[in-house]
Amino acid sequence: MRKKVSAFILLFAFWLLLTFSVEPGFFVVGMLLSVLVVVLLAGRHPRREWLLNPLRWLWLLIYMPYFFYYCIKANLDVAYRVVHPDMPIRPGIVKVPTTLKTNLAKTFLANSITLTPGTLTVDIVGSDLYVHCINIHTDDPEEQTREIVGRFEGLLKRIFE
Amino acid sequence: MTELGYLLIAVGVLFDIFGTFGLVRLPDVYNRLQAATKCVTLGTCFILIGVALSGPSLGFGVRAILCAVFILLTSPVGAHALARGAHLGGVKLWEKSVVDKYEEDAEKVQEAMAAPKAKQSD
Repeated sequence: MRKKVSAFILLFAFWLLLTFSVEPGFFVVGMLLSVLVVVLLAGRHPRREWLLNPLRWLWLLIYMPYFFYYCIKANLDVAYRVVHPDMPIRPGIVKVPTTLKTNLAKTFLANSITLTPGTLTVDIVGSDLYVHCINIHTDDPEEQTREIVGRFEGLLKRIFE
Repeated sequence: MTELGYLLIAVGVLFDIFGTFGLVRLPDVYNRLQAATKCVTLGTCFILIGVALSGPSLGFGVRAILCAVFILLTSPVGAHALARGAHLGGVKLWEKSVVDKYEEDAEKVQEAMAAPKAKQSD
């Protein structure tokens, strides 16, 4: 029950921000929709003890600019490769292992990898990520792992595990 | 603030243009997905933040920022689903690609999909 109430509050808060209006009609529709979504998705919430730990939120705040930096850097790299007349790309799908355990952390890692240009997560099987890279610098699997997973893994471990 | 907003919109449009270049020039589905999802996600987020800064009211800005958050959350999931679907559907990588570990491990992947979902703590 507590989970449902907190999910409802979260959804309704999103609705209020999205409509950004105090008209009663919007309130009623928002409440109905929030209840509907909570009922439809009952029991599908992740474990949420970590939500209460402020240290994890602090690491999340540190993670965001860190991720943004790599995102911009990689974006410029891909932009350069795309407009270069010879298109110096060396694509392929590599397999990189991760030490993260929970599904939530793995999802976050996979999404971070996908949002960083030049790398795209195709699938996760067990603890292995299959990542499509636009430009593979090295054929050494350990080097690849360090380059693709290593930069995010440490911080994500602090946030989620 | 308004000028900064316009600057961000310009940067965003630039990234979107690079993404479009990639979509046209890169060789196969997977490379094109990269261009279509990443450069364009970042570019669109820049445009939305720019709109938030230069928009006429607070409500306008809050909505634009929320849209950026939702794009950031959903676009990688969509890209992953398309890439995986394409690969499982038999779309080959570009002939000059150097390695395809996903293809090499195809049996393991099939097994993992057929096996009942393992219970996990999260």
